Amino acid sequence: MSSPAVEVESLFKTFGDFHAVNDVSFSVAPGELFGFLGPNGAGKTTTISILCTLLQLSAGSARVAGFDVATQPNQVRSNIGLVFQEITLDDYLTGAENLKFHAVLYGCPPSQVKERTAPLLEMVGLTDRADQQVRFYSGGMKRRLEIARGLLHAPRVLFLDEPTIGLDPQTRLHIWDYVDQLRQREATTMFLTTHYMDEAERCDRIAIIDQGRIVAIDTPDALKASIGTDVVTIQTSDDAAAREQIIQVLGVTGDLTDDGLRLKVTDGEAFVPRLFDRLDTGVRNVNVRRPSLDDVFIEYTGRDIRDAEASTNDKFRSTAMARGLRKS
Amino acid sequence: MAKTFIPDSNPDPVAVPTPSLSTMHHEGPLLRNFRAMLMVWRRDIIRLFRMPTRIITGIAQPILFLFVLGAGLESAVGANGAAGVDYQQYLFPGILAMSVLTSALFSAIAIVWDREFGFLREMLVAPVRRSTLVLGKALGGGSVSVIQGLVLVVLAPIVGVSFTVASFFEMLFFLLLLAFSLTAFGIVVASRMQRMESFQMVMALVLQPMLFLSGAIFPLNALPKWLAVITRLNPATYGVDAIRRVILPQAAPLEILGSVVPLWFDALVTLGFGVAMLALAVKLFGKTE
Repeated sequence: MSSPAVEVESLFKTFGDFHAVNDVSFSVAPGELFGFLGPNGAGKTTTISILCTLLQLSAGSARVAGFDVATQPNQVRSNIGLVFQEITLDDYLTGAENLKFHAVLYGCPPSQVKERTAPLLEMVGLTDRADQQVRFYSGGMKRRLEIARGLLHAPRVLFLDEPTIGLDPQTRLHIWDYVDQLRQREATTMFLTTHYMDEAERCDRIAIIDQGRIVAIDTPDALKASIGTDVVTIQTSDDAAAREQIIQVLGVTGDLTDDGLRLKVTDGEAFVPRLFDRLDTGVRNVNVRRPSLDDVFIEYTGRDIRDAEASTNDKFRSTAMARGLRKS
Repeated sequence: MAKTFIPDSNPDPVAVPTPSLSTMHHEGPLLRNFRAMLMVWRRDIIRLFRMPTRIITGIAQPILFLFVLGAGLESAVGANGAAGVDYQQYLFPGILAMSVLTSALFSAIAIVWDREFGFLREMLVAPVRRSTLVLGKALGGGSVSVIQGLVLVVLAPIVGVSFTVASFFEMLFFLLLLAFSLTAFGIVVASRMQRMESFQMVMALVLQPMLFLSGAIFPLNALPKWLAVITRLNPATYGVDAIRRVILPQAAPLEILGSVVPLWFDALVTLGFGVAMLALAVKLFGKTE
C-alpha cells in the first residue's frame, strides 16, 4: 500500500510547438485528496486525460494505481473512476440504465448490476428518480449520478475534473458532502482539478499549475504560510499616487488591482495606524486579512486566477511577459 | 429546464456501504467484452424507441420517393417499366435499401453526437477493447436501420409486391447484411468527422451519391459506360441488387460485362465491404479523441 496512487515524472505533452504540459512531476499518496489548481488552459485537463489513458504522453512517465499509463492502459482503466468536466451521461437512458451500461462495461455480470447500483443510487439520493430519463434531471442530479457512476466499479483512484463547474453553491456543497463522506468510508484516492479556491482549500495537498508547469505544490496551509505576510488592501481617491507615496514613506511596494491597492506586510494590524498617519491621500476603505489561496496563486503566477482565465486565449507569450515584468 | 436548485428528494447523505473491490467478480475477458458489446447494442435499440420521431422521419423520405417520385416516373417511363417490372415495384426494394442506408449512416454518425456530449469518452475509458465498442455500435446501428426498413414492408401490398415466408427471410438476411456493412462504413466516416455540422457535407458527398448510384432508383444494366463503371464500384449496389432479386424474382438482375452477377457474389461483396470497414473503423475509432 505504500506505493503512490499516482506517480508522474517529467511529463510532457506537446501539440505542435505548444507545450500543454511542460515537465510536470508529482506523486499522490493512497487515500489522499490531491488538487490541481489553475486557470482554464493551464494543462489540468490535459494531464488528467493522460493519466486516464485518453491522451498519449509526449515524454516522461506516469503510473496510476501502480500501472504504467503508456504500456498498461487497460489495467489503469480498470482501476480508475472518472467524473468529467462536462456531463457524459446518455440523456435518453434512465439513471439506472446509465449505471448499468457502465457496470457491464467494467465487467460486472448483468445479474449483479442491481445489487451494486442500488446502494450507490441511495447514497446520491436518486433512488426515487432512477427510472426516469436523465434529460429530465437537474444539473445537480446529473452530477451526483456521475459521481455514483465513477464509484461503481470501486476504483482505487477517482479523478474529478472540475466536478462542480456550472453548479449553484448549494449543489456544490451537497457534492462536497458526498465526497467527504466517501473519503471517510472508502479511503479512495481522489484527484481533483478546480479553479475554485474554496474547493482547493479542502484538499490535503494542492499543486498550482500555470502554463503547463507546476509552480508550487504543498498543503494549503503551508502554501499560505510560504507567503509569510498579511495582505492589506486599501481603496483611496488616487491609488496610483498613494502607491508612490507609500513606497517613499513606508518602504512598501503595493500592487494595483481591481480591488484597490494591495500591500503585503508582516503585521497588518500594526501597519494600518502607521498608514493612516503618513498617507495624505484620502482612504475610503481598508481590509486586512491573512493570505488566502488567491494570494498564493497571485504570488506564484503573477496573476489573479480571474485575470488568468481572461487571458487564456493569448496564453502563449503575453502572460509570460507580464510575469517577467512584475518580478523585475 | 429551470436552473433553480430543487431540493429533490435528497435528504442528508446516508451512510450506505458500497461494495468493495474484492466483491467485483472478475471473469474472462472474452465474456466481459461480449457482454459489453451487447450493452452498446442495447443502448442503440433503447434510444430508437425513446425517440419515436426518428422512426417517422426515417420513413417519410422513402414514402415520398415511393409514391411521389415513383408515381411520377412511372408515367414517364411508361408501361415498359424498369428492368422488366412496374416502376413502383422496381422502386420498392430501392426504398428499403434507401431507408437502411440513411439510418445506418445516421446511427453511426450519432458517434459524433456522443463525442460532442462526452458519452464517447465514457465508453473509450472503459476497460474493454476498441473492437468491442465498434462491433457493438455496428450491430446496434445495423439493427436500428433494419427495424426502420421493416416498418416500410407494410407498404408492399399497396404497390403490388407480395412476400412468401422464404422471400421475407431472405430479404431480412440481406437487409441485415447491408445494414451492418453500411453502419461499419458510417463509423469510419464518423471517426473522421470532427463536428456535427459536417453532416450536411456527408449527406451530399457520401449518402446521396451512394444511393443514386446503387440501382435503388434506376436500373443499372443500360447505362452509359462511365456511369456503369461507377455503379459497379459502389459497394451498396450489390446489397440493393440482392434485396431486389429476392423480393422481385422477375426483375432483371445486375450484370457485369454482360454476365449476370450471382446472388452469392452480392452477399460476398456486401460482407467483404462490411468486414473491411469494420477493421478500418477499429483502427480509426481509438484515435478519435
